Amino acid sequence: KRAYKPVSYVDQMAIHFSLNGNMILKDSDEGRRQSIKLNIAAGTFIIRNNSAFQVEKAPTETSAGTSEEAEIKDEESAGDTQAAGEEEVEESGSAEVIEAEEAEEPPPPRVKEQKLANQFNFIERATRTLNNPLRDKGCQSEPTPCKDFSATANQWKIYDAYMEELQRMERSKEKEKPKAQIAKKEEEKKRGRKLASLDLQSDDITKISKAAKIMERMVNQNIFDDIAQDFKYFEDASDEYRDQQGTFLPLWKFQYEKTKRLAVTAISWNPKYKDLFAVGYGSYDFMKQGQGMLLLYTMKNPSFPEYVFSSDSGIMCLDFHNDRPYLVAVGFYDGNVAIYNLKKATSQPSYKSSAKSGKHTEPVWQVKWQKDDMDNNLNFFSVSSDGRIVSWTLVKNELVHTDVIKLSAEGTTMQGPEGLQLQTLGCGTSFDFHKKIDYLFLVGTEEGKIYKCSKCYSSRFLDVFDAHHMAVDSVSWNPYHLKVFISCSSDWTVKIWDHTIKTPMFVFDLNSAVGDVAWSPYSSTVFAAVTTDGKAHVFDLSINKYEALCTQQVVAKKKNKITHIQFNPEYPVVIIGDERGHVTSLKLSPNLRKMPK
Amino acid sequence: AEVEETLKRIQAHKGVMATMVINAEGIPVRTTLDNSTTVQYAGLLHQLTVKARSTVRDLDPQNDLTFLRIRSKKHEIMIAPDKEYLLIVIQNPCE
Repeated sequence: KRAYKPVSYVDQMAIHFSLNGNMILKDSDEGRRQSIKLNIAAGTFIIRNNSAFQVEKAPTETSAGTSEEAEIKDEESAGDTQAAGEEEVEESGSAEVIEAEEAEEPPPPRVKEQKLANQFNFIERATRTLNNPLRDKGCQSEPTPCKDFSATANQWKIYDAYMEELQRMERSKEKEKPKAQIAKKEEEKKRGRKLASLDLQSDDITKISKAAKIMERMVNQNIFDDIAQDFKYFEDASDEYRDQQGTFLPLWKFQYEKTKRLAVTAISWNPKYKDLFAVGYGSYDFMKQGQGMLLLYTMKNPSFPEYVFSSDSGIMCLDFHNDRPYLVAVGFYDGNVAIYNLKKATSQPSYKSSAKSGKHTEPVWQVKWQKDDMDNNLNFFSVSSDGRIVSWTLVKNELVHTDVIKLSAEGTTMQGPEGLQLQTLGCGTSFDFHKKIDYLFLVGTEEGKIYKCSKCYSSRFLDVFDAHHMAVDSVSWNPYHLKVFISCSSDWTVKIWDHTIKTPMFVFDLNSAVGDVAWSPYSSTVFAAVTTDGKAHVFDLSINKYEALCTQQVVAKKKNKITHIQFNPEYPVVIIGDERGHVTSLKLSPNLRKMPK
Repeated sequence: AEVEETLKRIQAHKGVMATMVINAEGIPVRTTLDNSTTVQYAGLLHQLTVKARSTVRDLDPQNDLTFLRIRSKKHEIMIAPDKEYLLIVIQNPCE
């Protein structure tokens, strides 16, 4: 405003005028365009100043100088003088005119160039297309039914799966068998179907039979726990002080209410299951003959028998088959013999003899199985008071008998009516077969004689021993000494013989009728005898040849006689049967169990 | 049937307090105790039996559990497992 403006503080430099501007490289596109535009614009100028300025043919490309607008003007004016249009000053030469013309020509086409967009003259203008409205659409299918399943893959589950697979394969292999067996298969299928229907119909509770059996045994074990412990572990330590004497330790007592009135007539251990034994019940009394029973007990269950069979007539003897431990041969008081098959569930014998098939006329005192004959038929021998030793063979499900020997009492032929010679037959009461020599056997009779016989000779004996004064109750070969046998009798004696010598080697007097005698299975010199006064005696010939090692009262003295004794083949246990139907088991103390050296 | 007789005999033995038959799912089929106690025993012992059997078979798949006995201060619980059933007997062993 044409006044002096006071400046408060003055530096070295005082700025009077400042102007902001942009710098564009002259050579760049923009710079060129700008300069051309300005040249055109300036072309219309009428340049006032003419000669004052020197006409310079400075090409636009040369200087890269700053293009401050103030200076541009100068240049423009300089350039304009070059590019002077039609208002050219006459002073410029023809060259200038040409230049001007040249300069004129390029600018017009360049005007048509794209308008430069810079921040001063660029306006953004945008458009937008219409966006379609979006819509969500979904669909859902029904979820597949899921079920939670969890299992643990144990080793045994894998094993089970493999076993099942194996069985299935085996079954399919069987089905592939030749079609000739179709009829058989159909039968089996029918049977199978019947069985299946039976299973469905049967009561649920029967499926638990196995578990119930085990449980019963366990309960019994608990009840008789101390006995079970004794059986297994108790060893009488006092035997050391007893100077070779031994004792019996009473273990379980087996009894069954239905056999209370019956006497034990036979005991036998099962050859396969060492804890199973069979007891035959009957009566020795001629007057009181009633029913008989066959019970099989196991030491694992002392309170109830495993198998129960009842019969019309008293059982007198029984024997287990060595190879087929489920077969029991039984001899009855009425002279019949029968075979019981334990595998079958019936309570009746599988095979039974009858009057037609040659039963004995007197009680059968002993039966013993033999080896299968050449046709693989089972056969056994029986001895009876009627003097016959009969061999029974099981041929095609029937018992066929063959008289082996008739025991003729020596020197007694009676004169019967009409001059017939009758032979009285001796009554056999017991027999035993030799362990090694198959055909050799001994028979004890009621007269007290022992006959040595052979299966081959049916009418003659090999030898006769005048053994006892009364009936021979039991004969038995020594299991180790093949020449020695033992016999006992109601004449109070037990005698040991060598079968080649006529006189006994040892005689023991036991003060009472001897019911039964048995060799021990573990020693060749130990044997046991039972007497009717309720005592059991054990002898060991290697220790004491004259006296028993142990004499013990096993059952109550009054009204009770011991009838049989048997050693258990494996455990140091003997079982003793008496007239009341009780079976007592006893454990042998160590002194009685000495093995031979 | 014979099995019934056996069960009766077991029940009649000295010291036996209770007998139970449990099916494969742990549901009591037959019992001589009251319902609530039976159900309790059944559930617990069933699980224990399964675990015991699993243990035995894991160690040797050809083996299987035959019998299980739990002896406690007051009494003894005996379990006989079967394919589909479980027989449980509680006994007081006289000592």
